[in-house]
Formats: sequence, C-alpha cells, structure tokens
Amino acid sequence: MTNGWVDIKNADVVLIMGSNAAENHPCGFKWAIEAKKVRSAKLVNVDPRFTRTSAVSDVYAPIRPGTDIAFLNGIIRHALATGRFHEDYVKLHTNATYVISDKFGFNEGLFSGFDEATGQYDKSSWAYEADPKSQAYSVDPEMKNPRCVFQLLKKHVERYTPEMVERICGTPKEEFLKVADVVTSTGNAQRVGTIMYALGWTQHSTGVQMIRAAATMQLLLGNVGRPGGGVNALRGHSNIQGATDMAGTFEILPGYLATPRGELTNLQTYLTKVTPTTLNQQNWASMNYFSNYPKFMVSLLKAAYGKAATKENQWGYDWLPKTDGNYSWMYLFDDMYRGNSPGRAGGTEPGPEGFITFGMNPVGIGPNSSKMINALSKLKWMVVGENYEIETATFWKAPKEYGGPDSSQIQTEVFQLPCSGFAEKDGTFTNSARWLQWKWKAIDPPGQAKTDQEILARIFLAVRDLYRKEGGALPEPVLNMTWAYTNPVNPDLGEVLKEINGKALTDIKDPKDPTKVIRKAGEQLAGFGELQDDGSTASGNWLHTGVYTEAGNLAQRRNNADPTGLGMFHQWAFSWPANRRVMYNRASADKDGKAWDPTRPGIVWNGEKWVGDVPDIKPDSPPGQFGAFIMNAEGVGRLFSPSLADGPMAEHYEATEAAIENPLHAKVTSNPVSMGLLKKFKSDKDKLGSREDFPVVCTTYRLTEHYHYWTHHTAALNQLQPGFFIEIPEALAREKGIVNGGQARVTSARGSIQGVAMVTKRLRQLKIDGKQVWHIGFPLHWGYAGDPKHLGPLANFLTPTAMDPNTWTPEFKTFLVKLEKAEGKVA
Amino acid sequence: MGAIQGFEIRRSSASLRGSATQLRTLPVVAKYIDTSTCIGCKACEVACQEWNDLPVSQTEQVGTYQTMPSLQASYWNLIQFREVDYQGGVAWLMRKDQCMHCADPGCLAACPAPGAIVQYQNGIVDVDPEKCIGCGLCEPGCPFDVPRYSERTNKMAKCTLCVDRVEVGLEPACVKACPTGCLQFGDKDTLLAYGKHRVTALKEGGFAEAAVYDPPGVGGTSVITVLRHGDHPEWYGLPKDPTVPVAVSLWKRILHPLGFIAMGAALFGTLGHFMTVGPKKPKDTSTTSGGEV
Repeated sequence: MTNGWVDIKNADVVLIMGSNAAENHPCGFKWAIEAKKVRSAKLVNVDPRFTRTSAVSDVYAPIRPGTDIAFLNGIIRHALATGRFHEDYVKLHTNATYVISDKFGFNEGLFSGFDEATGQYDKSSWAYEADPKSQAYSVDPEMKNPRCVFQLLKKHVERYTPEMVERICGTPKEEFLKVADVVTSTGNAQRVGTIMYALGWTQHSTGVQMIRAAATMQLLLGNVGRPGGGVNALRGHSNIQGATDMAGTFEILPGYLATPRGELTNLQTYLTKVTPTTLNQQNWASMNYFSNYPKFMVSLLKAAYGKAATKENQWGYDWLPKTDGNYSWMYLFDDMYRGNSPGRAGGTEPGPEGFITFGMNPVGIGPNSSKMINALSKLKWMVVGENYEIETATFWKAPKEYGGPDSSQIQTEVFQLPCSGFAEKDGTFTNSARWLQWKWKAIDPPGQAKTDQEILARIFLAVRDLYRKEGGALPEPVLNMTWAYTNPVNPDLGEVLKEINGKALTDIKDPKDPTKVIRKAGEQLAGFGELQDDGSTASGNWLHTGVYTEAGNLAQRRNNADPTGLGMFHQWAFSWPANRRVMYNRASADKDGKAWDPTRPGIVWNGEKWVGDVPDIKPDSPPGQFGAFIMNAEGVGRLFSPSLADGPMAEHYEATEAAIENPLHAKVTSNPVSMGLLKKFKSDKDKLGSREDFPVVCTTYRLTEHYHYWTHHTAALNQLQPGFFIEIPEALAREKGIVNGGQARVTSARGSIQGVAMVTKRLRQLKIDGKQVWHIGFPLHWGYAGDPKHLGPLANFLTPTAMDPNTWTPEFKTFLVKLEKAEGKVA
Repeated sequence: MGAIQGFEIRRSSASLRGSATQLRTLPVVAKYIDTSTCIGCKACEVACQEWNDLPVSQTEQVGTYQTMPSLQASYWNLIQFREVDYQGGVAWLMRKDQCMHCADPGCLAACPAPGAIVQYQNGIVDVDPEKCIGCGLCEPGCPFDVPRYSERTNKMAKCTLCVDRVEVGLEPACVKACPTGCLQFGDKDTLLAYGKHRVTALKEGGFAEAAVYDPPGVGGTSVITVLRHGDHPEWYGLPKDPTVPVAVSLWKRILHPLGFIAMGAALFGTLGHFMTVGPKKPKDTSTTSGGEV
C-alpha cells in the first residue's frame, strides 16, 4: 500500500477493482465502510462477479476477466477529454512535461524496440530526451510538445472510447460512464480517491501493466501521496508483505536490493549497474535517494558476514549466491520437471535434486498441478515444514486424474517436519500498510512440533558442522555467516529483528560536524539515514531500519494517540520506511508546500521544515528544491515508465488463452513479451487451449470463510464453506442443462474437474466484440489431503503455465475452459 | 437460565405476570444490524458457536453461500443470502437471522410451561431449560421461525442475546466479532436514532425506500435491522407485518384469564401437541447431515 488501511477512511471515492476486499480482507474493509458512513464516500466496484464487495458498493460495473487495462485507459481518456484531472498536480508532481526520445513510437500493438526473435523490447527508444544545451531532462511546462509525456499519453488512450471499452470489457457504456464519472470526480484539489487492488490485477499476463494503468490514472487525478488516496495493494496473507520485504522471491535481496547475476563479478560492477543516476540538476531536482544503494548493500553484507566482511574482500560480495537464469516459480518447476533434459526454461545447471518447502503448499499454489506433482516425483528428496499433512507432502498419493506416476515408481524421499502455527510463535507480521507489528506467542506448539526458526537454525548448524569437519567447495558463505544469537539452536526473534534493524559497528560521526558522534559503536541505528558504505554499519534490511532502535522494539508499540486526526497513529508499531504512514507524501502539498486540501494535510511546509506525517523528502528542504518522488531518478511520478519489460504505457492485450482476437490489433492479441517467454516452456504439460475448443472464460478466487489451502483442515470453517463449487451464470446453466446444486464439469487444456454447480444471477451475460462470451469461476481452497468429507479438486489443475513478464506471476485469473453438465446427485 | 442476577423479569410464560418490580429503570437493550454494511463474512456465526460452546455442524455445499438452510437448535445465528433481480442487475442481500427478541414475544405467549420462557426488563427473551418441557409450541408461536427443538436435549434452544455477556456489561459475541461495525449493541432508543440517521444517508444514496425494521405487530423487537429495501422485507426473509398468531394470542388473552393455572397449561399443551402432531421432530435437516438432530 502507498497509504494504509486506516487511511482508506479519508477517501471520497474508493475504487475496488482487481480485489474482492470485503471477502478477502474483511477486517481492513471496515475502513471503506467507515469512509462510506462518515464521509458519504462512494464505493465503486468493478468485478467479473457480483461479490460480497459489490453487495455493499454504491456503484457496481461488470467486466470480462483480464480486460482491466481497457477499462482504466477508458477512464484516463474520459478524464483527459472532460478536463476532470488535477492539472496543477500533474504539472508539478508527474513527468507529464518531460519530453521522450523521437525514436519512441507505438504501432499495431507494439511499442518501438520490439525484437520478434527474442520477444523482448530494447527500451532505449523509451528514454527521456536530454536538453542539448544543458544535458538536463528536456521539459515543456506547457505540455504542448507532441513528444511530451502528456501528449503521448493522450494519443495512446484516444482509442479507448466508451464504445471500445464496451467492446473489449463487455461493460455496457452507461455503466462504464457512471464509474468514470465518480472516479474522475476526484481529479481536483478538493477531493481524493483511493484504489484497493489485489491478485485480481497481479495474476495476469498483463498484471504489472494493470497496476501501471491504475498508477497513471491516480497520478493524473492527483491522488498519489495524499491522505485518502494512493494505489493500495491488499496483501493476501498476514505476513506476505514482510516476506517480500525480506527477499521473498529469487531476484531480490532484503529491502528489494537486486540479487547479483553471475556476470557482475565484483561489487563495484554490481553497484554501478544498480545505482541510478539522474539528469535532474535543474530547478526541480531529484534527491535520487537510491544513490544511497551502496550504503544499503554494504550494510547488508556486514550483517551477513560480520567481521569476515572487509573492504579488501569486497565485504564478502563473492560469497553471495549469484543467479544464472530465472528461478521464479514456473521456471523452477520446469527445471525440476525436465531434470537434465536440454532446452529447459530456467537455468543452465541441471534441475534440482532436493527441495525444501516451509509455510506453503507448492502442489496447490502453482499453476498446472499435474506438472507440479510430476515435477516433485523427479526429486531425490523433499523436506516439508508444515503443521498439517498437506497435498505437497502427500503428492505421491495424489488421485490418478492428476496424471502423476504410480507411487511405486516414485523414488522421492519425503520428510515432513511438524512446524508451529502462527499463534505458536512470536515475531512480527508486516501488514499491507507496511506496519511491522509484533505478536506474542499464544500457546506452545503441540507434540514434537518446533518453530520454523529452530528447524532452520538446526539445519544451518548441522551443515556448518559438516563444512567444518569435512571442508568442501566454497565453504566461506556458510562458515562466515554471522550467527551471534544467545541461543544458536533457537534464535530469539527479537534478536533477529534487532539484527535486521542494524547497528553501528564503529562510532559514526556527524557529516556536518566530524567532532560529533551521532551513533556510538554497538548502538542500534535510529534510521536508514545513518547507514554507511564503509563497513561501519550493519543492517539486515535497510527498509526496516528504525524498527528496533535504542528505544527498544518499536514493533511492539501500541499507543493509539492520533494527533493528526487522520488515523496515522505514528506511535502504533512501526511503518516502513522511516515510520512514514503515507508514501510520496510531498505530493500532498502544492508548489508552496501548502496542503491541496487543508482538511486532509499529508505534510505541509511551515517555513522551516515539513510537518505532519514523517516527510518523504529531506525534512528541511524548502518547497521547490526536490521533486516529490525521491526514489525515481527524475524526481517525479511516472505517467510514462521506461523501466518495465512490456511497454512504457499500459496497453490492452488479451490473456494468454485469448477469448477473442484483440479488437485493437488482431495481429498482436496477447502480451507479446509474455508470449515470448512462453516459447521456452516446451514440456508435454505446457499446453494452451484455443477458444474454439474452450470457449468459456474462467477465473479463480478465494472465499472469506477459508484461508488459502490451509483451513480445509479446520472443522469450524468447513462448517461455513463445506466444499468446492463452480459459479455459473443462470442463462449458461440453462443452456447446458445444469441445475443449482447439481454437478458440473470444467475442462481446460491441462485438466478436468467436477463439482457442485452454483447457478447464480451474480455473473452477468456480457456481449464482447459483438459476440456472446461467457465467464465462470471457482474458489481454490480444496485438495486431496485432510478430512475426507471436505476434499475437493485442486483449482490449479486447470490453470496454464502463463505469466506476467515483469514479475513472472502466474495468470490464474483468466484462462479458457469448456463447461458441461456432469452426472451425480443433485444436493 | 433462570433469573439472572441484576435482571428483573418483566414477563414469564404461563404466568399472569412477571416478577418485575419496575422499581429500577433499566433501559431496553437492542442489537442493531445494518444490512447495508454487512459483508456476509459469517464472523458472527463462528463467534456465536464458540461463545456458546455449540458443536460444529456437518454441512454440505448445495449451491449457495449460506451455511445451512435455516437455524438449528445448535446454530443460533445464520447469515441468509438471497439474490434478487434489481434495476436490471442483481441485489445480493445478506441478513443475520436470529431470535428477534420481540417486545410481545409469540413464543412466550404460546409456551405452556411456567417460567420456561422469560422476558427480562431489558427486553431480552430467554429460555430456562430447566423449566422447558420440550413441547415445541413456541415454534408456531414465533412469526420469525426461530425457536428450534433439540432432540438431543429435548428442549427448545435459540439465541439468548448473549444474556450471560450482557449481564456483566459485555456486548454479545457476534457484535464483538463483527469486522465492519454493521452489528452494534446498546440501548434501543439510541440505536433507533442511529438507524434513522443511516436510513437518511441511504435515501440520499439512492435507496428511497430504506427503513429500520422494528415491526409494530410484535410490539417492536430488540433486534432492529436497517434495510436498503425497506419496502421489501420479504427480500431479506423477514415477514412484512409480523404478528403473534391469532391462536396464540387467543390462548393468551382469553384462556389465561379464565383461570388456567400454569401446570394445567403445560399438561394441556404437551398432551395437545402429542395428540395432534405426535412427538416433536427436528426442523428440516434434509440438506444437512448430522449436526443437531
């Protein structure tokens, strides 16, 4: 979230799209209700299904799954055509005035620089143009230059008329315009609107671009950085934000620092590649805060390798694992499935022989379950740390229809280690609002179950002993790893959090006055501003610095004083970065540092410093010195982003399994970069279906009553949602002879599943590009392990190997199926 | 439950009057349900089960989000889900079904067992299992189809408005668990005023017929419900103008004054029930297996 849960209450308009907040975030959703009750805010919901969120919304519009970019670009067009956007904000805080290279272009669905052979873009033509005289960014304050971002955006969205939105999305024109009117009512200083999104946007082959479109829209309306505004990602697990912060995926280290690739053979090469430089030296310069990258990285290495990390050995950079390819989910399992066969999607090394999985259920969570199950059967060994015997641990006895080998043919040795549940250990949860909140253990783990940290510590110490006794190739990363916990076999998580925060290793001097010491050796750091690149500080994650200071564990704070009256609660827990509650909050003020809306100030300039929230800018820098978006090298928000893999502006593409030809450009129907990646996936399991064979659009989702693949082991929740079902629109059910409570079968190119039909009015009949295109959906909570009365098919048996090309997130939300009536009793 | 300390009994089944002295001025309490902000999350269902130590029911997916077809003797709080055609689209209505705690409770009027159903001065209608004879006459007495006979205990059971929590100054468990604040608990007059405020906002938001459901036919209820479609309570599974059934009120108004004593009434009721309908059967459980039968 750019803002936070409580801050939703400050909004005048809440657009819920790509999320089903009421069902999947019922506790946080209270703040949307609060906005409605107290401010008479309008709740707007755009969703393929009429959900429990829709039920309490003021405006609902249906949409075909996967077409959100067309809808959002339609709103952007509407805002530009009607002048309902925040012009002063746009000129001040976005790159609307920046001029783009004359080599940039867009034609028939492709941006300039596309290479058909590799399926990738050469992004050099998307770059900002430098002013020939000053070599600073070239800008046109009047936004008239046809190559300035404002004009390029205007031209790009011109095609997204309400009629085109209706053709692509199926949303009747009047219903689209109603949404557009309410949303663009915030395109001014007086009103603010927010967006709540989740996996309904991320899990598409155009997922990142959907969020890009949303960010573009919010910047245009002047809604970013302001209380009640923002682009707010709702995280689907209690600590998924924390997991991502702490290197949740292969390509990032803690604090979103880049995992080095093998060709970056020394620290200096790495730092030169990752540290951004700015041309912005003019009147509105950028702090370019990421110029501090070396401080974050060196402090991380010092936290990892302690005294062994020295300037001479590049702080132990050589010991950090390097990547040689893509190790995201689908690549990893392709490697596993294809073993040593040539032409695998991922790395160049042989596929893995072992697999350790904690706190997740790979058989359930990945697309194409049959491939997952078969991949695990190729392993020599697998370790599962879990509190239930889950589908992954029992993959070798998966039902026959999943197509796995007979268990007599599987050599994989499976170890299940009983782990504590979340209430059986202390530690922090980092929520969607970026709050690190400490939680205390409620009960001890049962039986022989141990906490995750004890299991991991014991494995680490045993491996280290082996290296000590037997030596081996490259022992340094293990032997030099810092492990200074009071109890090494079961580290106290408070000590771990202290380590993550970081401390001074030697006295740190005040840069303004070297006679003064700002932090004594051994003291906890107060914030990431104290980090150094000379080895005098250690920090396990620069973004979390400030959570455990000399004042103690701030994640444990529970003071609900709120002097701002806006629900910022600065003394409640700790919010990264720097305890800031609204990111980019400099944009909440105008050029003079006055709040756009004095009733909802983010930060304001009082003549000496910024006051209000923790400022997202140098606290004593007067208005006009720096741009509001300090993490961007250019210092402003991006309506045009030259950094993504698949285009600088969002364009509508059909899903990988496309229900229709793209009405905008039939030759480039699906995301060309995403389709390029898929060429590498060539196994017999990587099948895509055609719209002729599989004419129905399908989507998957979660329910309020269950938590992922976990709670079908819990009787009290099984009582509330006892089993799998398929939601089918009434007219389609009639056509197929399917009755409510009867059985239906859904088949994709990958698999086929059967379940109880839920025939409903809540899925609408939509006309797409002149044709009738149906969509159905089903929840994903079930599997073949657990209480026999509450088993069900794995939803992902049907989903394809297809992904977003920036994040490699699977396309779970739109794929093609066929629907049939099935035999079986009517409930 | 018996007489709860601190609560005086306003009315008691099969008795001429309750024991209330009316000396103390206790306010009438109410639970407020705002269906326009209810997200059907069922936290209230689980909270009710857990606080009241009710066993888990075996349910089955039959093509609805609703947990089970209707209330059970061991399931006192149920969100009812209904889809209604509305303005070219759909309205998905969710309402928390439970005992309404009527000011003129039909169940109490119908009950022949002295003191088995009582109404405290604060408006809560409660059952005393010790005095309940399991005749089931309360069921037809209720215009909301709430009381359920349990074959396991041979007693009637329903929501108590968490009288054991209210007694010590806590809100009912369901209210405590509600994440959106669509459930509230307090004195009825205050909540009615708040409900009117919400209704005004809903009317301004385009729901011209929004209303607070507090039906006068049963003297009003201690569970008041805000409805977007106040002109169609039946869309939510609520009777449009509920009253205590004629037979029950006759029994109450005529037979009582004629001098039926409490024990006789109980016998009559029980025998009458057995003679006309036979032993009490549980409510339709064809779509649930196991559970409270």
